[in-house]
Amino acid sequence: MKLLNRKPGRHAKIWLGVLPFVLLVVGYGVASHVRRLENPADKILPSLEAMAAAFHRMAFVPNPRTGDVLLWVDTADSLMRLGLGLGISTLLALSLGLLIGAIPYVRSGLSPFVASVSLVPPITILPILFIVFGLGEASKVMLIVVGTAPIMIRSTSQAVVDIPRELVIKAQTLGASTWQIIIRVFLPQILPKLILAIRLGLVPAWIFLISAEAIASTTGLGYRIFLVRRYLAMDVILPYVAWITLLAYVIDHLLLALSKRAFRWHHLQGESL
Amino acid sequence: MRIEVRGVQKAYDGVPVIERLDLDIASGSFVTVVGASGCGKSTFLNMLLSQEQPTRGEIFVDGSPLPAEPGPERGIVFQRYSVLPHLTVEENLILADELSASSIWGRMFGKARRERLRQLDPLLDQIGLSAARYKYPSQLSGGMQQRLAIAQSLLKEPRILLLDEPFGALDPGIRVDMHDLLLELWRTRGMTIIMVTHDLHEAFKLGTRMLVFDKIRHDPDEPNAYGAIVTYDLPIGRDDRGQDTAPDAETIALAGKRK
Repeated sequence: MKLLNRKPGRHAKIWLGVLPFVLLVVGYGVASHVRRLENPADKILPSLEAMAAAFHRMAFVPNPRTGDVLLWVDTADSLMRLGLGLGISTLLALSLGLLIGAIPYVRSGLSPFVASVSLVPPITILPILFIVFGLGEASKVMLIVVGTAPIMIRSTSQAVVDIPRELVIKAQTLGASTWQIIIRVFLPQILPKLILAIRLGLVPAWIFLISAEAIASTTGLGYRIFLVRRYLAMDVILPYVAWITLLAYVIDHLLLALSKRAFRWHHLQGESL
Repeated sequence: MRIEVRGVQKAYDGVPVIERLDLDIASGSFVTVVGASGCGKSTFLNMLLSQEQPTRGEIFVDGSPLPAEPGPERGIVFQRYSVLPHLTVEENLILADELSASSIWGRMFGKARRERLRQLDPLLDQIGLSAARYKYPSQLSGGMQQRLAIAQSLLKEPRILLLDEPFGALDPGIRVDMHDLLLELWRTRGMTIIMVTHDLHEAFKLGTRMLVFDKIRHDPDEPNAYGAIVTYDLPIGRDDRGQDTAPDAETIALAGKRK
């Protein structure tokens, strides 16, 4: 049988999926061990136990100076910024995307503008945001908005435009007004695509969040890893990176689960990743 | 409703698609439109649907100009994308009432909605979708989807029903069932039907009148110089009561040759 026609069974699928992770951990363990044979105090590739100890210290032991447990404070602050930023972007994408997609006059007026704005490298706006909003929370949230809203607006308005013309005509023959077509035809049909846009927006959102925190902040996951970088504290940085990845993974899967649950009709055909 | 087409021409970027169209369509007729691809039959239907405007000429319905946008007075069934994919069968069928119930929300709530859903039972029986009432369109077969689409298009009781190759994607066996359903609805409701099809047998079987669109003038140096006209306008041997005197094989063969 040709290779492309052979399919792994259920158990093989799970094992194959786990394999790269196992290889990564084992490979790291070996490399770390070799380095520490030469220099037991090596900081670049700390042992797995050292990282576990550092993670335990960050996650469960209160900071002696402030009494905060740093990991949870950092996580809460970062997620707050991420949620606010993406939340604002989502509202913008929904409202502007629907209007741009549905109303030709709004589309002519706004879509070249949104297209241009989406090409501005968001990080170049960061100094402007710092000047306008100061170094507080607002500028970090705004950076996420600037970085994610334009592409999300574009993808939702495209989703509206992609709705077959036949359905719009059909709704009109059933007596629907412009507003009714927007809320009964366009809105429900783009919601699953909006969730997809949020999931795709999460990637740049994390990048801008960590960047903003690295540059000007006193808390947050990005602040922490850039702070301990000065001490070459890989035993803190690596678990933090893994933790950030885990958070991103969980958020992504929660959104997918929400989409599958709330918009069953959308997931009836085809696979979704 | 009576439809009058007066001197209608349609051109895209100066390339004529339809030339000199003059028609009187009597109220309650079942007009079938056939012709080769690209001969303007869909353009003709789109103009009747107000999706496209004639370049020249005008269309009147019962003496007044055709409205400039699609509305509840004209029902439509397309070949694809005919029903709303995010609504179940029963939700598709109450949509028209929901829209008129609330101009802001476009939906009905609570008791009124449940009551309206209950009233669907006879309609669902008639179109054979009782067992599928909670399903989404993508879970239905092509024939079931089109039965739903036809039922939905008649919810506002339009006096004109436009059909754009509605059975083009269906298996031949299922088509026959669809023909029966359509003829039954037409006989009981008496609306004017205009149906575009590329199945000549279907056109003869269903229609009271058949229009054949064709390009008759060809300029070999300028293939786009001329558009299509109605080359044959055949009254089919059947009255509006639907008394079948089906055309004989010879007529069909003849029309096939002309096409």
